[in-house]
Amino acid sequence: MAVVEIKTTAPPTGLAEFWFYFSRNKGAVIGLVVFTIILVLAIFAPIVTPHSPSIQNRDVLLLPPALSAGGQWTYLLGTDAVGRDILSRLIYGARFSLFIGLVVVTLSVISGVLVGLVAGYFRGRTDTIIMRVMDIILAFPSLLLALVLVAVLGPGLLNAMIAISLVNLPHFVRLTRAAVMSERTKDYVIASRVAGAGTLRLMFLTILPNCLAPLIVQATLAFSAAILDAAALGFLGMGAQPPTPEWGTMLAEAREFIQRAWWVVTFPGLAILITVLAINLMGDGLRDALDPKLKRS
Amino acid sequence: MSLFEVENLVVEFQTAAGPFRAVDGVSMKVNAGEVLAIVGESGSGKSVSMLAAMGLLPWTAKVTADKLQFNGVDLLGLSASDRRTIVGKDIAMIFQEPVASLNPCFTVGFQIEEVLRIHLGLDKKARRARAIELFDLVGIPNPAERLSHFPHQMSGGQCQRVMIAIALSCNPKLLIADEPTTALDVTIQKQILDLLMRLQAEHGMGLIIITHNMGVVAETADRVIVQYKGRKIEEADVLSLFEAPKSEYTRALLSALPDNATGDRLPTIAEFLSDDQIFAGAVR
Amino acid sequence: MTHVLEARNLVRDYQIPGSLLKKGKTVHAVKGVSFSVDQGKTLAIVGESGCGKSTLARIVTMIDPATSGDMLIDGVKVDIAKERLTPEMRQKVQIVFQNPYGTLNPRKKIGEILTEPLIINTKMKADERQAKAMAMLKKVGLEEKHYGRYPHMFSGGQRQRVAIARALMLNPRLLVLDEPVSALDLSVQAQVLNLLADLQDEFQLTYVFISHDLSVVRYIADDVMVMYYGEAVEYGSREEVFSDPKHSYTRTLFAATPRADVESIKARLARKNAA
Repeated sequence: MAVVEIKTTAPPTGLAEFWFYFSRNKGAVIGLVVFTIILVLAIFAPIVTPHSPSIQNRDVLLLPPALSAGGQWTYLLGTDAVGRDILSRLIYGARFSLFIGLVVVTLSVISGVLVGLVAGYFRGRTDTIIMRVMDIILAFPSLLLALVLVAVLGPGLLNAMIAISLVNLPHFVRLTRAAVMSERTKDYVIASRVAGAGTLRLMFLTILPNCLAPLIVQATLAFSAAILDAAALGFLGMGAQPPTPEWGTMLAEAREFIQRAWWVVTFPGLAILITVLAINLMGDGLRDALDPKLKRS
Repeated sequence: MSLFEVENLVVEFQTAAGPFRAVDGVSMKVNAGEVLAIVGESGSGKSVSMLAAMGLLPWTAKVTADKLQFNGVDLLGLSASDRRTIVGKDIAMIFQEPVASLNPCFTVGFQIEEVLRIHLGLDKKARRARAIELFDLVGIPNPAERLSHFPHQMSGGQCQRVMIAIALSCNPKLLIADEPTTALDVTIQKQILDLLMRLQAEHGMGLIIITHNMGVVAETADRVIVQYKGRKIEEADVLSLFEAPKSEYTRALLSALPDNATGDRLPTIAEFLSDDQIFAGAVR
Repeated sequence: MTHVLEARNLVRDYQIPGSLLKKGKTVHAVKGVSFSVDQGKTLAIVGESGCGKSTLARIVTMIDPATSGDMLIDGVKVDIAKERLTPEMRQKVQIVFQNPYGTLNPRKKIGEILTEPLIINTKMKADERQAKAMAMLKKVGLEEKHYGRYPHMFSGGQRQRVAIARALMLNPRLLVLDEPVSALDLSVQAQVLNLLADLQDEFQLTYVFISHDLSVVRYIADDVMVMYYGEAVEYGSREEVFSDPKHSYTRTLFAATPRADVESIKARLARKNAA
């Protein structure tokens, strides 16, 4: 038989392999593109917005979007009840939403990973106590618990973020604990122990890096959940306070105009929907790419 | 006519690194009542070729062959549902990990009766009677009682016996055993191999044993195919393979057995054979 | 001369905690095993799954304590249940595991894996550590360019070489090899066995070689101990055990091992044709 070339290409680098699996998920790529656009808009908000988000133009109250009857091109998505440009407010609002997501995820990941690592590594009584506390937190409806916490701490963006982080905490603790428990009996951990590695070294340098993949996925999903929760708190008057252009707060302000000016309610709602959807799609792609169990062939 | 005939089988996978050819033009024939052993090291494509023939590969695999015939029926042209009436009934397969091959949620009795129901359409009473008969055949003590056990309540050897019972339930004409004893202890391996050989002789089945263990080959096979990196290197009857291997690769493989060690060190393949030298002797 | 490793009557019990309805149970994994190994020699421990050989490996490597019995390394008694292990003792015994895919930390480069024992146990400078790791890579048949690569870029046999290199970084006296070649292909197995023999000659290493494969044991061992349900049923030099097995289990084990020589094949085919 003729000589057939047998492919022995070098194994792809981590990043190339990651992109190969990630890009197979079309939804994830779309999510990534949308998220990147939102991120860029948020970062360059002062440059890209046509108007200031807080300056009120009393001549154009509740102006409809440009494409509908009576709209003006300078106010692409119309204006709200006090004459502020909705598009500009949405773009500035993206800053808040992304900032909330980032802070909440950072807070809950750091504390959740620490607590989960301790629970999963030491097991025994420490583990039992930690996990029961987490069960108690999980037993509350998350928004209700966040509301109570904000009521105690006082309304405001910062307190809302702290409350949402706490509500998110148990998911990270459980995930980390499960990952640590499955890793800590593996041969390479024992080999490190035989080489004389101490507890802290084993926990943070040997085990933790191998537990990161599921945590990254969970962090992405928590990011979008945090944006939703913050919007919900804002809507209920317990989050960011007016005149902050936060999406949930904008919705709450617009509630009374829902009948006669649809755009004031619709666009902030759409902004939340699109952002959360994009991040969730991205999270799915990340899971496909990072979870070895889902890798095909 | 041969029971099972494969000509020029090629299997390719799509991977992150581009297409990968796992099986490259392998041909083989198995007659009824014959034991064929396919030996090779990991990556030789010995399992993949059998899975491809049975249509059990994931969708990323591209399977082509000039001929893929079982009992005169062309397997490639069959629809998935027609194929299923043959695979599992006339061609049965057992795998390396007996405990993982059984569904942990159901009793072993349920799992064997399920096969009997789907392929043979027996009623409840007949199914149970046949299941007990099969368990008895493969040497499981207290068969009636064992039927209600879950896989985790049995040892690896017992689970492999259950797998063999399931495989034999429809009186297959061809049994493919993919590393049937690799996960088992030596004493259990001996029992399972003896069982397989006895059943094969009694039922006159064709038997394909896929293995990397030269000892298993020597103890079971009539004819042997040696594979390396997806290609067939040598095909011979078992005695001439061990007595006078034709290819350099087989010779190297045999001399790497610790049994055959003559000096202080074992001869190794990589030291005196390159891929080109190995393939130079390849047969079709 | 003192033995590198001496075990006297080692016992290891596991408590299985009971529940409300069931009483707790004690499982005797190792039931009083004694043996000794001298420098530069290989003791093979043979047995089937569940015979306690891996438990014994963990005791010898000082990962788990023995329930009772004495273990002496270089004539010094160790009991990790009572006192903390000194770094000097820790360095004397190292282990190589069976599964080449679980034994290396997938997130670390080979260089980091090899230098980690030095970072923990010595005060060497970074460049000295690197030099030593590079030298060890060459010793086990790998190349310097492999230093910066990740474990997933290596084959099973190469990973096992890295695992051996890691075990040797601290210049141990005793190496516990827990089925080091059973997950490897035949040709790779031969290479790794040769490597182990070379290293033993060069460093006068002492091996405790755990295996279920009698053909490998016959090739590599000086002394052989056969274990069955936690007990050592047979213990002696390789020649004694293989030529004149005393215990019926040892004989069963020998009889079950498939033979790959021409005579046995001829005999089998003759039986088959006669039937």
